[in-house]
Amino acid sequence: MPNYTIHINGKERFVTADADAPLLWVLRDDLNLVGTKFGCGIAQCGACTVHVDGVAMRSCQLQVSVLEDLKITTIEGLSEDGKHPVQEAWKELDVPQCGYCQAGQIMTATAFLNENKNPSEEEIRVAMHGNICRCASYNRIEKAVKVAAKKMS
Amino acid sequence: MKSQKIDNFSRRNFLKTSILASGGMLIGFNLLSACNPVAVMPVDIESLNFNDFNAFIKISDDGYVTIFSPNPEIGQGVKTSMPMIIAEELEIEWSKVNVVQGALDSENFQRQVAGGSQSIRFGWDALRQTGATTRQLLVNAAAIKWNVDASTCSASKGIITNANGDKLGYGEVVKEAALLEVPEEIKLKEIKDFTIIGQEIVNVDIDKIITGKPLFGLDYKAEGMLHASVLRPPAFGQKLESFDDSKTKVINGVIEVLKFGDKIAVLASSTWAAMKGKKALSAIWKDENLESTEDHNKILTTILEGNDFETRREDGNIKVAFAAADKLIERTYHSPFLPHNCLEPMNFYADVTAKKVHLVGPIQTPQWTVNRVAKLLDRETDDIYCEMTRMGGGFGRRLYGDFALEAAEISGLVKKPIKVVFSREDDMTAGTYRPSIKYRIKASIKDGKLTGYYLKEAAINGNMYGAISNFFPAGCIPNFKVDTANHKSNITTGAWRAPYTNFLAFAEQSFFDEVASELNVDAIQLRLDLLQRVKNTDDKSIEYSGKRMEDTIRLVREKANWGKTEEGVFQGFSAYYSHNTHVAEIADIVLKDGFPVIKKVTAAVDCGVVVNPTGARNQVEGGVLDGIGHAMYSDFSFKNGKPDSKNFDTYRLIRMNETPKVDVYFVKNNLSPTGLGEPGLPPAGGAVANAINAALGKRIYSQPFVKELNKSSVLG
Repeated sequence: MPNYTIHINGKERFVTADADAPLLWVLRDDLNLVGTKFGCGIAQCGACTVHVDGVAMRSCQLQVSVLEDLKITTIEGLSEDGKHPVQEAWKELDVPQCGYCQAGQIMTATAFLNENKNPSEEEIRVAMHGNICRCASYNRIEKAVKVAAKKMS
Repeated sequence: MKSQKIDNFSRRNFLKTSILASGGMLIGFNLLSACNPVAVMPVDIESLNFNDFNAFIKISDDGYVTIFSPNPEIGQGVKTSMPMIIAEELEIEWSKVNVVQGALDSENFQRQVAGGSQSIRFGWDALRQTGATTRQLLVNAAAIKWNVDASTCSASKGIITNANGDKLGYGEVVKEAALLEVPEEIKLKEIKDFTIIGQEIVNVDIDKIITGKPLFGLDYKAEGMLHASVLRPPAFGQKLESFDDSKTKVINGVIEVLKFGDKIAVLASSTWAAMKGKKALSAIWKDENLESTEDHNKILTTILEGNDFETRREDGNIKVAFAAADKLIERTYHSPFLPHNCLEPMNFYADVTAKKVHLVGPIQTPQWTVNRVAKLLDRETDDIYCEMTRMGGGFGRRLYGDFALEAAEISGLVKKPIKVVFSREDDMTAGTYRPSIKYRIKASIKDGKLTGYYLKEAAINGNMYGAISNFFPAGCIPNFKVDTANHKSNITTGAWRAPYTNFLAFAEQSFFDEVASELNVDAIQLRLDLLQRVKNTDDKSIEYSGKRMEDTIRLVREKANWGKTEEGVFQGFSAYYSHNTHVAEIADIVLKDGFPVIKKVTAAVDCGVVVNPTGARNQVEGGVLDGIGHAMYSDFSFKNGKPDSKNFDTYRLIRMNETPKVDVYFVKNNLSPTGLGEPGLPPAGGAVANAINAALGKRIYSQPFVKELNKSSVLG
């Protein structure tokens, strides 16, 4: 199997994997970064969302072979101490129920708020619609994005 | 006699103490049962034996408290709320409490199951007594140190104070307390004095969740573990004839391929390689009995039209009421099968060795799973150790340990530690689905009153269970009958969040809306009128309280401004009792390009004392949206035994842009708490359907609603 160097959470990581191995499984199985979750494998649920050069992307669709010059951030690297304003907002509003989708929700919200500092309710609802929360904690996710926007401005 | 004995000795037996080698004190206890009198307390945390006690409290000599919470966490919040109850009676500040998920306990523990919204209801008294007994033990130890009477001492926020104003922290008396006899005389706190229960306490796992720490079964790893992906028959009613694994075996990382039963497991060094290997298998399947949704629909309709029913409840005489009626109304309601779709797909770890069987994963029924694994592998249950992880959703699916049994079987065959991981396609197509059901309701009206009510249930595999036939509206109508019948199918079905009532409530509450129109009375007034009959009933079989239902309905009517909304807003009402909790909901919708958009749902809930309001509201908010999502959008059907949907591209779950705001209000009382994981869901579909009718004049009789609305001429 070929070797790849990928940049994850500010560090260079070396992995041996098949060229078509999705970043999701490289993160989870090879690099022990299990915060990025597997939900559907076809980019429909958003549980595996990471940032690639700051853009929210579905890691289940990113083959390890195309990542060499890109900077990847996962939930583990979003902040050093878990105190990114988006994480703080999630805690303040006690958002999670089962909690499984929340890392993906937080990554989508963060990338969105980096681009849109003062989003309307409608913009939040559209921006977050790609992330499924099976427990349907949507009301709180929506509020948390609003609270996070205030914290970030 | 037996219960007397348990009463006499319960506290001493159900709670035991020891001094920890590392400092501090350990209290072991068994919820809901007297523990084995010979049970041994460990002196170090590593050797906690959940076979002796199902839960532990550790009090360190610095006064910090660790609670090993026994119930599986599927997102319903019991890992937070159950320890809150202990901490309340223990009189310790919540900031000094750490909560750890306990492993599986023994047969002594009667309820280590997350299901039926019962964890809090069953745990309430036992948890309070445990906390209060531990508090008294510490107070007694301080009293001995001071040489004063314990009754002159009190405890608050982890500090014991005597009449002279001397103070000792819990940590300062743990060594002495651990040696004392467990007190029989304890006093529970007055509800008005609660300082933790009723506070907004954030989920104890929040920091781990928001930073992506390993918590879930899918995150579990062990040295030398192989990843397993399983190919199962693609259709219900198929058997494996033969297979070719030559393309699988050449894939990097694939280590072994093995057949077990009608399934084939691919074992690999990574999840991806295992999944890829499974896709490369080619198998030939033998068709046996393949069923389709089209056939099911015909069969269920035939059942409804026949006479072969089991009667679950009968009051008065519906035949007489129907014969004397001024008018009869009859409607039929239909629900599709539904998969659970927990966002964390089914998975389980197993390590089967000659010495022991180690199981780890997300499971709602650990004890049942251990028993079944023991039977499957012909082992003693004592050899099997099952650890529970946090669960990425349950909704009933993780009651069925099929995935744990698969893991155990595969590990037993390859003699290595393995973890089975379902792909989403595996998860959706090898489910234990909500069964497809049809209800037919017939009612009689005489002199402007509802005189008779006859509900027939035709369901796939089994029928409504327990006391559901005694839920609201049983007792409200003088002539009343509930009949059930089922068709046995080879499609596996099971409990799905609020089993049966998740759809029954929609059918009945839609029906009452039509009855109200027919009688020309307000929809809420109709329910309040009906409840009068049940309020003073001496019928012990009635499961719900007419008074509590009435109060809940009045609260939602007030909070939602029923009938007083602005122009263009249409409301629908629904109320239901399930899992010991009374809930009433009002949906507000508007029309956008002729299509109904749900703007708001107001929910009123009577669940007794609200232990953790933030967690409680979260459960109701989620339950309402889950109920709306599945009623509006989710559809699942079979063709020749094969599910028509396999993943979220064709199976629709509700998304944020489709969600209304949910306002939750609790009826305030001091009654023992009841469940919240499920009861918010059942009324939601009916409230929305009734609001849609208010807006469009269109009644909806089957789920998903979008299918009905798209068919409707109203929307072109």
